Amino acid sequence: MAQEHAHFHPGSKQEHFDPSSHIAPISMYVGIWAALMIFTGVTVFAATIELHVFNIVLALLIATIKGTLVVLFFMHLRYSTKLTMVTVVAAIFFLLILFSLSMTDYLTRDWLTFVSH
Amino acid sequence: MATSDIQVAEHAFQHHFADMEQQRETSTFGMWMFLLTEIMFFGGLFCAYLVYRASYYQAFVEGSQKMNIWLGATNTAVLICSSLTMALAVRCAQLGKRKLMGWLLIFTMIFGFAFLGIKAKEYTEHWENHEFPGPHFHFQTGDPQHPATDPVHTEIYFSLYWAMTGLHALHMIIGIGLVTWILLAGMAGAYSPIYYSPVENVGLYWHFVDLVWIYLFPLLYLISKKHGGA
Amino acid sequence: MATAVQPVERENYLNSNYGIKSWLLTTDHKRIALLYLISITAMFWIGGFFAMMIRLELLTPAGDLVSSDTYNKLFTMHGIIMVFFFLIPSVPAVIGNFVIPLMVGAKDLAFPRINLLSWYIYMAGAITALTAMITGGVDTGWTFYTPFSTTYSNTHVIGAAIGVFIAGFSSIFTGLNFIVTIHRMRAPGLTWSRLPLFCWSNYAAALIMVLGTPVIAITLLLVALERAFNIGVFNPQLGGDPLLFQHLFWFYSHPAVYIMILPGMGVISEIVTCFSRKRAFGYEFVALASIAIAVLGFLVWAHHMFVAGISVYAALVFSLLSYLVAIPSAVKVFNWTATMYKGSIRYETPMLYAFGFIGLFTIGGLTGVFLASLGLDVHVHDTYFVIAHFHYVMVGGMVMAYMAGLHFWWPKITGRMYPEAFAKLSALLVFVGFNTTFFPQFILGYMGMPRRYHAYPPEFQVLNVLSTAGASILAVGYVLPMIYFLWSLRYGELAPPNPWNAVGLEWMTASPPPTHNFDETPIVTWEAYDYEHQPQEEVTVGH
Repeated sequence: MAQEHAHFHPGSKQEHFDPSSHIAPISMYVGIWAALMIFTGVTVFAATIELHVFNIVLALLIATIKGTLVVLFFMHLRYSTKLTMVTVVAAIFFLLILFSLSMTDYLTRDWLTFVSH
Repeated sequence: MATSDIQVAEHAFQHHFADMEQQRETSTFGMWMFLLTEIMFFGGLFCAYLVYRASYYQAFVEGSQKMNIWLGATNTAVLICSSLTMALAVRCAQLGKRKLMGWLLIFTMIFGFAFLGIKAKEYTEHWENHEFPGPHFHFQTGDPQHPATDPVHTEIYFSLYWAMTGLHALHMIIGIGLVTWILLAGMAGAYSPIYYSPVENVGLYWHFVDLVWIYLFPLLYLISKKHGGA
Repeated sequence: MATAVQPVERENYLNSNYGIKSWLLTTDHKRIALLYLISITAMFWIGGFFAMMIRLELLTPAGDLVSSDTYNKLFTMHGIIMVFFFLIPSVPAVIGNFVIPLMVGAKDLAFPRINLLSWYIYMAGAITALTAMITGGVDTGWTFYTPFSTTYSNTHVIGAAIGVFIAGFSSIFTGLNFIVTIHRMRAPGLTWSRLPLFCWSNYAAALIMVLGTPVIAITLLLVALERAFNIGVFNPQLGGDPLLFQHLFWFYSHPAVYIMILPGMGVISEIVTCFSRKRAFGYEFVALASIAIAVLGFLVWAHHMFVAGISVYAALVFSLLSYLVAIPSAVKVFNWTATMYKGSIRYETPMLYAFGFIGLFTIGGLTGVFLASLGLDVHVHDTYFVIAHFHYVMVGGMVMAYMAGLHFWWPKITGRMYPEAFAKLSALLVFVGFNTTFFPQFILGYMGMPRRYHAYPPEFQVLNVLSTAGASILAVGYVLPMIYFLWSLRYGELAPPNPWNAVGLEWMTASPPPTHNFDETPIVTWEAYDYEHQPQEEVTVGH
C-alpha cells in the first residue's frame, strides 16, 4: 500500500521524499563540462613550460580543481547530506595518512648513515 | 505523480525499510561507502607511484616522455564528455524522461568504448616498443643524445603505468557493463522519478572512474617536457 | 528441565522455511549469521590442526617431525587461516550479523542481498586458499614478505594471495553494511548516545574494514602480478623496494588487528554491564575510545618494521604513535573494571570468559607497549615474545570474547540454553590451557628463541614441552563447547526471551526471533544499559 511505506502522496512537495531533490539545470552540467575541458587544456599547456618543482604542484592543483568539480556537481555532493561529505573527506584523510607516513621513511632514509669500523 | 511511477516504486521497494525515502538515502550512502573503498584500492597504487617517483625522478621523467600526450589528452576529454552525458542521463531519470535517458546512456557507452579503443592503441605501441615490464623489457629513450639514465627504475615506472591504467581500464569495462544494465532496465520501464537509485549509483561509479583518470593523466603523462617528445 | 517432547513451536526464523534453497538463498541476516558460524568453525579447526602440528614439532629441539620447508608451510597456513578466515570475520560476521539489526530495532541489515553475497565471497576465498594449501601449501609466512613471496618461494603463493584477496571483499561488504545500517536504520528514539557499545565497537571495526582492506587487496594483487609476470615492483634486483610491500601490507594488517579486537571488546561491554547489573561506567568514553582505536590504529603500522631497514626517524615517529594507541584500550579496561565495582556480579559462563578477557587482554596489550619501544624491539623482534604477545590479545582476548558472545547470545540465536556446568568447566580449561601454552613463550622469546624455526637449542625444551602440554588442554577446552552446543540444540532447556534479564532491544523479542525480528518497530525511550530502571515485568515487543 502506498500510504504504509512511502511518503509520496500525489500533490505533495517533491522535496519531502527527495532530499537531494535539487534537479540542476542542464546549463550547470554543460558549464562544468566546459570548465573541465578548459582545465584539461591548461594542464597540458602548463606541462610544456619548465617550472621545475612547481610543475607537479600545478598539475596536482589543476587535477584537484577538476576533481572537486566532478565530485561536487556531477556527483551531486553539493546537494547531498553532511554524512556523504564526511565520507569523502575521510577517504582523502586516510589516503594522505598512507602517503605522508610512508614518506617519513623514504624521505629520511639517508639522513643517518652508519660508518663501519 | 503518474500511477505507473508509483507502481514502479512499489515494485522496487524493499520491505525492511520504513519508506522509500529511507531506501533511497541508504542506497546512495552505500554507494558512496563503496566508492570510498575504491579510493583506497587505487590509493595503494598511487602510494607506490609517489614513493618511487620521489626516489627516482629522472627515471620517471624518461619513462613518461614515451607517453603519447595527445592520445592521453584526447582520452581525458573523452571521459569528461562521457561524464557529461552520464550526469545528464541521471537528470533525465530524475525527470522521468526515459527515451532521452536511453540516448544519453548510449552516448556514454560510445565515449567509454572510444576511451578503451584509444587505450588499446597506446598499449599496442608500448608493447611493440618493449615497454612492458618483465623479461622482455627494453627501454630506449628514442633520443640518441640522451640515453636512458636509469632503465631499471624506468621499468618500475612502466610497471606502475600498466598496473594503474590497466586497473582503471578494467573499471571502465565494468562501468560500460553497468551502463548497459541500466539502459536495458530503463528502457523496460524499471525506473521512475520516485525510484531511480540504480541510475544515480551507476552515475556515481562512472564519475569516480573519470576522477581516477583525472589524476592518472598528469601523473603519468605530464611529468616533464624538458626533453620534448611526442 | 530439558525435554525431548516439543510444545507446539511458534514460528521463528529457523522454522519459517525448510530446505537447502531456503538457507543458501536466504537474505535473512540471522540465517546468514548461522551460515558464517558453520564456515568459520570449520576454518578454526583447520587452523587449529596446523597449530597442533607446530606444537608437536616443537616438543623436541631437533627438527624431527617435519622438514623445515614443511614447517614453514605449517605456520604460514596456520596464520593465514586464523587471521583472515577466522579472527577477522568471527564476531562481526557471526554475532554482529545476527545481533546488530536486533539491537538497532531494524528488520534486517541495510543491504540483505549484499550480506548473502559477502558469505559466498567468503566461501570462494576460503576454498581458493584451502585449495592452494592442499595442492602444495604456502611457506612465506602469513605476512607474504617480498621478494621471497614474489620471486624465490616455490609454493602456491598466488593461490593463497588470491584467496585472501577474495576474502577481503567479504570483509569490506560486511563493514559497509554495518556502517550504513547503524547510520540509517536505527529505530525511533535510538540516538547515538543510547546505542549499545557492541554497535559502537562494530561500527569502529567496520570503518577499519572499509578503509584498510582495499589496500591489502591491491598489495596482494601486485604480489600476484609480480610473481606471474616477473615485474619487480618489490624486488630489489629489479629496482624495487621490499619495504614498500611491507608499508602497504602493514597499513592494513595493523588496523586489521583492531578489526579483530574491537568487536570482541564490544561483546565484553555487553556482558560486563549485564552481569554486573549496572550501566556502563563512562559510556561516552568507551564509545569514543572505540573510534579512537580505529583512527589511531591507522597511524602505527611501521612498528612491525622497526628492524627491517626503515629510517630511524620514521621509526621514532611510529614508536611514539604506537604508545598513543594503547591509551584508548586502557580507557576501556578501566571502564569495564569501574562498571563491575559495586555491581551485583553473577558468575555465569559469559562473565567468566569476560573476566578472562580483561586480564589476558591487559597482559597482551601491555606487552604490545613493550614492543613499541625501539630498544626493546631490537631484542625481541622475531622471537617468541612477539608470538606470545599477539596470542595473548588474539586468543586470550579475542577468542575468549567470541566464546563469551556465543554463550551470551546462544539462547537468542537457538532458543536453547547450553549446559552451564560443562560451559564453566570448558571456560576453566581454556583459561588454564591458554596460559600454560603461551606464558612460557614470553620467557622463551626473552631468552632468545626465534620464531618460525622448526628447531631450537636444547635449553629451551622444557618450556616448549610445557607450552605443548598447555595446547592440548586448550584444545579440550575448545572441543567441549562444540559438543555441548550441538547437544543443546536438541536437549537444551528452552530459552525465554530474556534469560539473562539484560537490557537491550534484542532481548525484547522472542528466542529465537521471528524472521522479521519485531512485530512492531520498537520505540526507544530509555538510555543504554538502563539497569536501574529496568521494569519489573519484561516489556516484550511482539510475541
